[in-house]
Amino acid sequence: MIRKLLVLLVIFFSISSVSFSIEPDIFVQSTVNRASKLLGEDISKEEKIKKLKLIARETVDIKGIGFYTLGAKRKSLNDKEKKKYSKLFEEYFLKSFSSRLAEYTNPEIDVINKEKLNDNYTIVNSILKATNERPEINIDWRIYTKNPENPLIRDLIIEGLSLARTQKEEFSSVLSSNNDNIEELFKVLEKFSNN
Amino acid sequence: MIKKIIAILITTFTLIVNVHAGSDGDLVLKKNEPSEIKDCSETFNKASFALNQGLDKVIFKPVSSVYRVLPAPIKTGVSNSLNNLSNVVTIPNNILQGEFALAGVNTGRFLINTTIGVLGLIDVATYLGFDEYVKEDYGQSLASHGIGPGCYLVLPVLGPTTARDTMASLTNFIGGDAWYNVTVKNDTHYFRDIDYYTSRVTAGVDFRAKNFDSIENLEKNSLDFYASVKSLYLQDRQQRILNSKKIIETQDDSDWEEIETQ
Repeated sequence: MIRKLLVLLVIFFSISSVSFSIEPDIFVQSTVNRASKLLGEDISKEEKIKKLKLIARETVDIKGIGFYTLGAKRKSLNDKEKKKYSKLFEEYFLKSFSSRLAEYTNPEIDVINKEKLNDNYTIVNSILKATNERPEINIDWRIYTKNPENPLIRDLIIEGLSLARTQKEEFSSVLSSNNDNIEELFKVLEKFSNN
Repeated sequence: MIKKIIAILITTFTLIVNVHAGSDGDLVLKKNEPSEIKDCSETFNKASFALNQGLDKVIFKPVSSVYRVLPAPIKTGVSNSLNNLSNVVTIPNNILQGEFALAGVNTGRFLINTTIGVLGLIDVATYLGFDEYVKEDYGQSLASHGIGPGCYLVLPVLGPTTARDTMASLTNFIGGDAWYNVTVKNDTHYFRDIDYYTSRVTAGVDFRAKNFDSIENLEKNSLDFYASVKSLYLQDRQQRILNSKKIIETQDDSDWEEIETQ
């Protein structure tokens, strides 16, 4: 009986310790399918925004993007400031991200290729199909794959233009026009999120 | 105003005349790195930017909102025709960049689309299997020979540019643009000045209409719209110069490597 129990325990732990890595292209396609299905639903814009924020929290490395966006300034922040920045950035990011996406109804995105840069990053290539009002758009996704079981989106590159890089230069401009004072950036982020 | 622009151009041009005889991809990439391009005339640029935003609200936005709902074949025809016309600047620049085979392909494209394609309205060359058309200009040619961009500029009406690209674009008015030559510069019986200016304004409306939602979205969700436009313009310019849309070829990844969250 004890032997049988031991065998069962060994089998259980060996199964539970098996990790399942998720391919970055499959991760992107399933994420866009989720978002696309949601955007096509007959629910209010506010409801869509609420659900989009949930998807973003699960699939986007908001903390990582936040520190990238801050550029070299992140090195001079103390722990308290870092914590406050991460909180404010998340609120800003989720509002900005979801309100941008909520404008689209039923966007069709097809993943077409992927390119592994190194163990930490893979670029996934996709196409946002054309509509009568806009041409076809190439969208590349920078996927953070350090933990292959939990890949995360770190950047969207639309027609070769990086959103994270644009955001980084935008934050840098806010800081440089305010004597590099992080408190001023906090105020701007708070104002954006509360509007 | 014009005096001020000329003064800024002369000042900034001194920053870009550091030509290197041999230039490779890394050098071109480094010189055109958006974060390295200085905004030397920020006050002037921001005033121009505000003026352009005003013009956009009053003219370009309303006109492009009507244009974008026109039937797709009309918009495609206009876009094709403008692209075809731009070949007269692209082809000499293919040659200046040493891309002789591409110059031949684009010449063939131009001849086919202008004749069989009814003045460029139909892109017959693409149907025939010609490579995707990529526009080139005199600023890109200077950049490909190692000339740096100089300072970032925002010109009234014309929008974002750099000192190098503004100086280079003057070539269009001294014989470098065959379309300008036959419409404005020389008195031909076939074309008038208005044909040139109409094509320029239509190109502006076509661009605004194609990016209508993106521009609205960007303005609404930006902390600093001026900085966002500057970054996007310079990123776009960098990839046009490098003839690459691959982010790994146009972006230094080292900053990403430092961010550890897992």
